[in-house]
Amino acid sequence: MPQDPNSGRRQFLNYILGGGSLTFLASIFYPVLKFLTPPAANDAAVTAVDAGKSDDFPNDSGKIIKFGSKPALVIRDKAGEFKAFIAVCSHLDCTVQYLAKDRVIWCACHNGKYDLNGINISGPPPRPLLPLKVNIQQGTIFISKEA
Amino acid sequence: MPLKKYYDQAYGWVNERIDVDGIIGFMRHKEVPISTHSIWYYFGGISLFLFLVQVTSGILLLMYYRPGPESSYESLQFLVSKVHFGWLVRDLHSWSANLMVLCVFIHMFSVFFMKSYRKPREMTWMSGMVLLGLCLGFGFSGYLLPWNELSFFATKVGTDMAGSLPAVGDFIVRVIRGGPDVTGATLSRFFGIHVAVLPGIFTLVLAFHLFLLQRQGMSQPLSWDKLPAGEKKTMPFFPNFVLRELMFWMFALAVINALAVFFPWELGVKADPFASAPAGIKPEWYFMFMFQTLKFLPPTIGSIEGELVGLAVFSLGGLLWLTLPLWDRWTGTDAAKARYISWIGVAIVGFIIVMTMIGYALS
Ligand code: FES
Repeated sequence: MPQDPNSGRRQFLNYILGGGSLTFLASIFYPVLKFLTPPAANDAAVTAVDAGKSDDFPNDSGKIIKFGSKPALVIRDKAGEFKAFIAVCSHLDCTVQYLAKDRVIWCACHNGKYDLNGINISGPPPRPLLPLKVNIQQGTIFISKEA
Repeated sequence: MPLKKYYDQAYGWVNERIDVDGIIGFMRHKEVPISTHSIWYYFGGISLFLFLVQVTSGILLLMYYRPGPESSYESLQFLVSKVHFGWLVRDLHSWSANLMVLCVFIHMFSVFFMKSYRKPREMTWMSGMVLLGLCLGFGFSGYLLPWNELSFFATKVGTDMAGSLPAVGDFIVRVIRGGPDVTGATLSRFFGIHVAVLPGIFTLVLAFHLFLLQRQGMSQPLSWDKLPAGEKKTMPFFPNFVLRELMFWMFALAVINALAVFFPWELGVKADPFASAPAGIKPEWYFMFMFQTLKFLPPTIGSIEGELVGLAVFSLGGLLWLTLPLWDRWTGTDAAKARYISWIGVAIVGFIIVMTMIGYALS
């Protein structure tokens, strides 16, 4: 069979057309995808917050405070010691609370439990809570990220 | 009568241009099988009707709803307490949404057990599955919009599940939430998805689904294979079937009205991102069986996170279910093999019902 004298040219044009279409699509989808990706928040800025007066915390209680964009749980145990954690459950992101009745940190979403050191002890949570450092200066509690 | 004359004139004018007679004639000739299972044929149509109720009530809600962490909850409070019939429109929207999911499930399982998904209707089944997925997307995105405690934490849990995917998990969560956490950005996204993205896609797929139905006609019951031609009873699609369908639509409207009046939806407590999750967090009932199954999984299975295993199993199941008409062919005409498939279906329905009941019993 004689070769089509134009076949080389035809193939070349097909490549141009195919490549051009792909580039066209990419030039649409790339910006859209980038647009949908939220810009990184400057979350790292928060390293320490003032959690209020230590006298405001009765023994054996817990309170949620704002730690940047995350909730933090500040606990004062029976002996009067302070502990603090990022209050985000390691399971699926719910906000945990202190359960004085059982002396555990409890997540209502799927009944996950942590001990007062933030270690996961029952239920679905796969990891401990993220601990925070507690400093008390002249009766004011400061909590900060552990170095 | 002059009115009749005007009508005839107008009809004639349109008919001359687009042949309305032809369309009606076509519908009269379309036949719908009559059998003991006929009742199931109506559920697809009822789902369609409930979708129309959703669109109508949804558009009405848009007139008052203001998306935003400081306004969503407040605008709904205003809607249900001050706006004339505001409560009714909101309750209709919620109830018909729930009933729509229920009808879609019934429709799907009836198609499954009647084996109507078989050749040549594979594409109808698959487009139906896409519609089901979109329905669930509507439910999930709409659940957050009132911005109350329950929906806030349910959304946190639901979106965080994607985070257990290896490598891409965190990225996906960030794109869905519009940031690392569920915030006003998530609300904006969900709102856009709920009122613009999903309705657009849904309408296109629905049109395709209905087009296939019109092209192929309704599938005949299995028992007809052995019947002599004379004993196959049918009714014309128009007017007989259409009028019966309309009767069901009226009935469905009465049901959602009654539900809306007697069982209004609580608005709940406004979401506070800096409060602990309250007890009793639960998703919408149609996600309950998955939610409950995931609860039963241990934190890790082998060295893999329990969630991930659960998600993988559900995804695989979903994929098999979606492609059912393609692999179901190995049963051929063998009735015994075909019965296997039905038993799998029974097992799935049983699993869903049992898990849902356990979920409610424990919550
Ligand atoms: S999110 Fe805390 S136990 Fe599931």
